[in-house]
Amino acid sequence: MAYITSDQLLAKLRQEIKEISVHELADKLDKGEITLVDIRGRDEWDQGHISGAAHIPRGFLELQIETRQANRRKPIAVMCAGGVRSLLGARDLQTMGYRNVVSVAGGFSGWKNAGYPFVVPRTLTPEQRNRYARHIVMPEVGEEGQLKLMDASVLLIGAGGLGSPAAIYLAAAGVGRIGLVDFDVVDTSNLQRQIIHRLDDVDKPKVESAAHTIGQLNPDVSVIGHRTQITSQNAFNIISQYDIVINGSDNFPTRYLVNDACVLLGKPLVDASVLRFEGQVTVFDTTKGGPCYRCLYPDPPPPGEVPSCAEGGVLGVLPGIIGSLEALEAIKLILGQGDPLVGRLLQYDALDGEFRALNIAKNPACPVCGEHPTVTELIDYNQFCGVPPVEVVSANGAQAAVSA
Amino acid sequence: MTTVRIPSPLRRYTNSQSKVQASGATVQELINNLEAEYPGVKSRLCDDSGQIKRYVNVFVNGNEIRTLQGPETPVAATDEISIVPAMAGGR
Ligand SMILES: [Zn+2]
Repeated sequence: MAYITSDQLLAKLRQEIKEISVHELADKLDKGEITLVDIRGRDEWDQGHISGAAHIPRGFLELQIETRQANRRKPIAVMCAGGVRSLLGARDLQTMGYRNVVSVAGGFSGWKNAGYPFVVPRTLTPEQRNRYARHIVMPEVGEEGQLKLMDASVLLIGAGGLGSPAAIYLAAAGVGRIGLVDFDVVDTSNLQRQIIHRLDDVDKPKVESAAHTIGQLNPDVSVIGHRTQITSQNAFNIISQYDIVINGSDNFPTRYLVNDACVLLGKPLVDASVLRFEGQVTVFDTTKGGPCYRCLYPDPPPPGEVPSCAEGGVLGVLPGIIGSLEALEAIKLILGQGDPLVGRLLQYDALDGEFRALNIAKNPACPVCGEHPTVTELIDYNQFCGVPPVEVVSANGAQAAVSA
Repeated sequence: MTTVRIPSPLRRYTNSQSKVQASGATVQELINNLEAEYPGVKSRLCDDSGQIKRYVNVFVNGNEIRTLQGPETPVAATDEISIVPAMAGGR
């Protein structure tokens, strides 16, 4: 059988494959005319690459190219370090029917030497790459998205029914900093649904118990426990330390307080509530033109009209589902992927086995996010909700009457 | 007859049913007919002047009636009405 040397192969490919210069590439990228696929190895990519390039190491090129460009007519530029491996890669794509493939002559070295810009990415450790492998493999997340998660901070109001699954999934996803606001200690009656706590944790502060569970799950995550009740006095200080807030509180004064503080600080708020077999979840983000909690519910119900979970009950797994949806919405916001539930209330009826998305509109007359806001600072939310002020013990043990 | 989704806090008026059928050409009429069939429901949805309470949302086919024609929003037999009150539970 006849054979050819690698030099002969490359000479043959140079006749068959169109090559472009790094200058032509820069021009086409500027105009958004071409998909750039960098087929170098992981280490080479990590040392620097062109912003916006898709990284598919050559060994995976044929297997993964369709996730980046499935249209066989669209132009693709294949790049390697010096312009040799990219000839082989381009040939492989042609074999798959891609008709408009070019190889970048000179490769990444040529690009760099010509003075064009490139980025040197922050990278994950091999352990992190393994831990988050199922995230990284998805183009919607990738290593870049995983780094966004690790840079993000999320505050959970309440480390209870909704806060437990939300905190666990955020921690598992590698969200870098998780804040928990909760004053309570763990009670045996919490364990039916608050899965972040264990029997051994009974009588311990919930923020400590939750921090312990998260530490065992993912030591990369830093947990900040705010063992206090969120109040009009401390809300700005606590909330301003985080990117996103997840509401898992159990009373109306806190819901209005957290809403107003998030609107006034411009923080996205993932809000949910549960009762019996029913849950609702939505995202309030007035910075994106969406409605807020007051747009949806301008006034609170009179005390006693709507039962709490303590009075009405809640199936333990229900906050598991709704709290997980809250974590998922927060992750979507961090990644900038998909359609967040802004302006939509997702309602789940477990007995009927049905989810329904209802459209909720911004109220132009909303007192906090409307055209002429009258609520421009935090108010007394117990008074607003007609609830007597609660006696709470602050973390240092002193008795203090607070208005939430 | 139009299908009306009943939220948990109101199911004690509807024999625990999560969905009931009611007739009426508008949301207003439908609520009145609902009250005739399930006494007590209306006082949970409307204030003394007959307005929908401000912590209750009524949706016709997924759209809140304040964005439509309020209580006068027309209702067809094929429509689906959802009643969604504020709930605070989370812990
Ligand atoms: Zn609003």
